[in-house]
Amino acid sequence: MITRREFIEKSALGASLLTLPSLISGCLSEGFFQNHLKKMSREELDRAIQRMEKKYRRAFSEQVEVRATPAQEDVLFGMALDLSKCIGCRRCAKSCVRENNQSKDPQIEWIDVLEMKRGTLELDRGDRYYQHEAVPVKGHFYLPIQCQQCQNPPCVKVCPVKATWKEPDGVVVIDYDWCIGCRYCLAACPYGARKYNWTSPSLAANEMNPKMHYLGNRPRDKGEVEKCTFCLQRTREGRYPACVEACPTGARKFGNLLDPESVVRQILAEKNVFVLKPELNTQPRFYYYFG
Amino acid sequence: MAHIFPLLLKGGIGYYLWLSVLGIAIAAGTVAYIFQVRYGLIITGMRDPFPWGIYIGNFTFLVGIAAAAILVMIPSYLYHYQPLKEVCIIGELLAASSIIMCLLFIVLDLGRPDRFWHIIPLIGQLHFPQSMMAWDCLVLWGYLLLNLIIPWYILTCKYQGRQPNSRILMPLVYLSVGWAISIHTVTAFIYSSLSAVPSWYQAVMTPRFLASAFTTGPAILILILQIIGRYTKWPVEKKALFKLSEIMTIALFFNLFMFGAEIFLESYAKSSHFVHRQYLLFGLHGHTACVIPTWISIALQVGCLTFLLFPGFRYNPDLLNLFCGGIFAGVWFDKGIGLIAAGFIPSSIGEIFEYHPTLPEIIITLGIWAIGLFIFTLLARLAILIEAGDIRGVRQNQSEKPGQKPDVKSGGKSDGEPDVQPKAQEALRSRKVK
Repeated sequence: MITRREFIEKSALGASLLTLPSLISGCLSEGFFQNHLKKMSREELDRAIQRMEKKYRRAFSEQVEVRATPAQEDVLFGMALDLSKCIGCRRCAKSCVRENNQSKDPQIEWIDVLEMKRGTLELDRGDRYYQHEAVPVKGHFYLPIQCQQCQNPPCVKVCPVKATWKEPDGVVVIDYDWCIGCRYCLAACPYGARKYNWTSPSLAANEMNPKMHYLGNRPRDKGEVEKCTFCLQRTREGRYPACVEACPTGARKFGNLLDPESVVRQILAEKNVFVLKPELNTQPRFYYYFG
Repeated sequence: MAHIFPLLLKGGIGYYLWLSVLGIAIAAGTVAYIFQVRYGLIITGMRDPFPWGIYIGNFTFLVGIAAAAILVMIPSYLYHYQPLKEVCIIGELLAASSIIMCLLFIVLDLGRPDRFWHIIPLIGQLHFPQSMMAWDCLVLWGYLLLNLIIPWYILTCKYQGRQPNSRILMPLVYLSVGWAISIHTVTAFIYSSLSAVPSWYQAVMTPRFLASAFTTGPAILILILQIIGRYTKWPVEKKALFKLSEIMTIALFFNLFMFGAEIFLESYAKSSHFVHRQYLLFGLHGHTACVIPTWISIALQVGCLTFLLFPGFRYNPDLLNLFCGGIFAGVWFDKGIGLIAAGFIPSSIGEIFEYHPTLPEIIITLGIWAIGLFIFTLLARLAILIEAGDIRGVRQNQSEKPGQKPDVKSGGKSDGEPDVQPKAQEALRSRKVK
């Protein structure tokens, strides 16, 4: 006869033996032990990239190519936006979604455009859900907000696992595979720039941008944080960010802040630029001005 | 030691009923959590403008409960206040159970629980010294260890029938007192360090966190001690309850004083930062979900304080339960939901998104509370059995054969028999013995 204690002990043992294999295989599955990007050796990084490419090719398209182009030397990216030119058409947000493989459902957009009544710069008065037949609407101006690529980024400071950091070219990036999804950075960002994948993102294979960067536009997964990276898959190879190219009025200017000849430096020298929430001393590298 | 475990699960009908209710809640919570892992945190009411909800709210509240264990340790060990010293172990076990709940709340709030190893010191990569969350992980784990080691040592000594060595115990006690303050300080820093959230970015938040912890900690402890005193044979002295009641009253006063100071600062200047408080107190642009609970919370705290100022109420064991319940509910809303809602409404770019916890989210939350209460019940039961002398070291146990030396209190039952029975049966039995 089996006593109660024996029964409990045996069934506990049996249950753990049954679940053990699935647990182990889960743990050994691809990428579980993948290290923090900065801690990887060259070979480990190559292997991680191969694993990613395999995964994305199977899920989306054979053309997928993942790069890990490092920051160029003597480059510090910055953007300037002329608020008197912005018409609120949101083409920048749309092109960003396509370029950076954002989820369609639930919808994630890295660029928010606030419709503001003339006469105030209080963000509380803005509306980011405006729907009109035609823009701009009289008496309003439009304020696009995305990651401000702060020199002193509060989101980087708070991350408990160093999953996000500032690159030498000034871009604040996220190692999506290292993010634990605690959303502390969402609470810490004064600009609402960080977006979270509340569930598995959906992305159509035919709308996918196959040219990817490890720290940029490669597809994210459920439970990971994402945000604007100044399109580093483009800008690190000498191209403009998608939002700059898409803007029909030329309101957005992008360039190297360390190059005195760059267009952004000229704007900084000639216009009265301002940054959002300067009292927080986040020192954004995203400048606004009324041109 | 193995013979102890079956004893923990034996008891009266009330005890079985309590454990099964907790068991059902744990099972329901587990099922809901499996759904959350499958579909992601989208099953909760949280969204980008409001990224933290009742998980983090309860976490914050429970860190306070855990920190409050020092309110029994300081009077017992540093001031040798005997009535509290006898129940000190319950406070420590409550702290340990609360910390387990805190850690569970953190884990289930993570979008990627599979990457939990990233926040384990040495294996993962903790962001020291910048991230307050990394510090919090460290201090919580440390405090959990301390609150398991101290009761374990005391109970082992009792079990073996010897006095705890104060050279071992006292350093641990001192460490624990400092550590308790650190866990709640660091938890407050998680919020108050965010300059992006004006309603959190206040120096007074940290002392207020401690004050509210020292309010709710005694409140829940008084309730637990009342239950233990009534349904077990552990003698809980009224003096212990009254000392806790005094501490609770003072802490509640300071908590409300600092709350008033916060409100004054924000409402006098009516700067744009007042908008968050305005949402809680009066609603904002027709969004009023928090207004009634906020006023109830304030009324409960102010009302309880008013009554507790009178000794007649403060030292009335029955009415005390009522006040403790009121304080518990009031501070839970204030610290659990009110704090977070005031932080995220309006959001950093001015959006108003009212968060409402979803059913699965509530079930998961209740499941964690049930796990904590289950662990606490078993730990407290073990402590009660050992303290009452029902479980003793193997050597003594063998020398005292059942029947040889009948235990008067337990009505001549064989030793090791548990004795948590409803009051009526207890009374009946003691009458028989007489």
